[in-house]
Amino acid sequence: MEVVLSLAVGILAGSGVYLLLRPRTFQVIMGLSLLAYAVNLFIFSMGRLRIGEAPVIDPTRGSDPALYTDPVPQALVLTAIVIGFATTALFLVVLLASRGLNGTDHVDGREPDKE
Amino acid sequence: MSNWQQHLPILPVLLPLCAGAILLFPGETRRGLRGAIALGTTLLQLAVAIALLAITDGHTSAPWSSEIGVYSLGNWAAPFGIVLVVDRLSALMLTLTAILGLATLIYSLARWERGGSHYLPLFQFLLMGLNGAFLTGDLFNLFVFFEVLLAASYGLVLHGSGPVRVKAGLHYIAVNLLASLLFLIAAALIYGITGTLNMAELAQRVAPLAGNDRTLFNLGAMLLGIVFLIKAGAWPLNFWLPAAYGAATAPVAGVFAILSKVGVYALLRFAVLLQGSGALVPFGGDWLFYCGLATIATGTLGVLAAQKLERLASFLVIVSSGTLLAAFGFSGTTLTGPALFYLVSSVLGSGAFFMLIEMAERNRAAAADLLAISFEAFGLQDKRDSEHPDEMVGVAIPAAMAFLGLAFISCALLLSGLPPLSGFTAKFALLSAAMSAPPAAPTLHAGLFVAALLLSGLAGLMSLSRLGIRVFWSAERTTPHLQWMEAAPVAGLILLCVALSIGAGPALSFFNAAARSLHHGPTYVDAVLQGGAP
Repeated sequence: MEVVLSLAVGILAGSGVYLLLRPRTFQVIMGLSLLAYAVNLFIFSMGRLRIGEAPVIDPTRGSDPALYTDPVPQALVLTAIVIGFATTALFLVVLLASRGLNGTDHVDGREPDKE
Repeated sequence: MSNWQQHLPILPVLLPLCAGAILLFPGETRRGLRGAIALGTTLLQLAVAIALLAITDGHTSAPWSSEIGVYSLGNWAAPFGIVLVVDRLSALMLTLTAILGLATLIYSLARWERGGSHYLPLFQFLLMGLNGAFLTGDLFNLFVFFEVLLAASYGLVLHGSGPVRVKAGLHYIAVNLLASLLFLIAAALIYGITGTLNMAELAQRVAPLAGNDRTLFNLGAMLLGIVFLIKAGAWPLNFWLPAAYGAATAPVAGVFAILSKVGVYALLRFAVLLQGSGALVPFGGDWLFYCGLATIATGTLGVLAAQKLERLASFLVIVSSGTLLAAFGFSGTTLTGPALFYLVSSVLGSGAFFMLIEMAERNRAAAADLLAISFEAFGLQDKRDSEHPDEMVGVAIPAAMAFLGLAFISCALLLSGLPPLSGFTAKFALLSAAMSAPPAAPTLHAGLFVAALLLSGLAGLMSLSRLGIRVFWSAERTTPHLQWMEAAPVAGLILLCVALSIGAGPALSFFNAAARSLHHGPTYVDAVLQGGAP
């Protein structure tokens, strides 16, 4: 479980950073999205991995914290997903505006000079 | 004391939120109504901020028991619920935000508000994010308020549109999205190790950490420091700043003058909270000092190289950020008070300057500055000047030009730190504090700090006078048309700086008191963890 999760976070983050450094705006936005997924998984894992446990206290089982998984990271992830979603959508609009105004999808707004 | 006063700390967040939401309803054509709502709310925010300032400084009796006001949202006690914390520093930053917000809002109502849609709501949301970031006592809440202010600033930086703004905005958004992701990683790491997001409880939980936990916490704290340094515009993380600030419309750039200070504020807040817990690298000490020096150096080089006033102003913002970082990194705590003075003076000065240069640059050809400097560099003089030397004599100076010229001189004095305005007082206080620092500080540091401050001031003065001569003494130009609503905020901000330099004594003693109560860490922690209960 731990290995799978850390591999997933690592691969997502690695691909995200690679794409973020590419010169096309679409690659940049894909990179940012992948990085956001990696970060969300990472936040989730910071509540320690528990399999099959609920984050909400069940009256029949009692209030011993050892019986439950940590609810705070789940709440944080939810907030982070919403904010990341909104800002990515906004970035998409700016990307399209840049494409429309400059006629190119290069991040600098113009094609680099050819050799 | 009456009951309502204890709800004051939430108002700086609620007021702009409600106003921003209400402003979405009336159509864009109902300018009078929308302007009145925005103006009224911002005035109210200023009143609330001043009331909080008076309460925290002990002029009016406080509705809370200790010196620091704690407001528990939803009445949940501190480590579990989210708290807002008001001390002198937060109240000071709130007042500064409200003053700058009011000035830029009045300025933008004259003309710029019509440059695109939804300017006023976005502006209110920006104020909400700023106020929230200054007030919150919770790490994740700080992230949320950062996002609120950034989301609003993305909209504002694109206000007015055009290829240059869209390009600068694209870079600005990409850099800040990445910074937000780093912030999330840092917050998650810190939560995973310490099990808390409350800043006061965090300060208690850090000290006993050891071994692997300590290493991981240091990693999280370092990431957090990097995020704040990106916001503050520290070298080498500041290459986005001149483009974004230079491309933004004048009132937006004016209010952005305080945006980079949010990062500085957050760094200071965490440095103070984590002091004495064996932490840590990014929040203070030599590391921050040299980072500040490098920032001053890049800012100074940029100031010297700038060929347009907007870029010059952006690089001056970087210089002031660098000065603050270096002052906070200086060993000992004596520099904090003067640094806060410098922060206030430089924010007011650069806010006024951003608005002023837009007025001065009207009716000028876009490439005029560039050409003028190339002529100067290559010795190509305009022949007409020497052939008709006395054509220029006796030209009546129109009132608008006289106002612009005077305001420009005042801003130049403010930003380069020359007497008699508050820029000088602030720099003088910084220098004298650095020279009389306790012997624990290496003399090398004091020397470097003094040199950096004086050289950056000299470079600013040279560059400002060079560009000022080109803008104000050029022969072929028509007088720009000014409206009262545009001139008044600039004049107001400058007059405020004059007042600040006249009342420098009381002001400095207030800033020193703010620094003292800030550096007395246990007060904050105790107030939050005990005073949170009603």
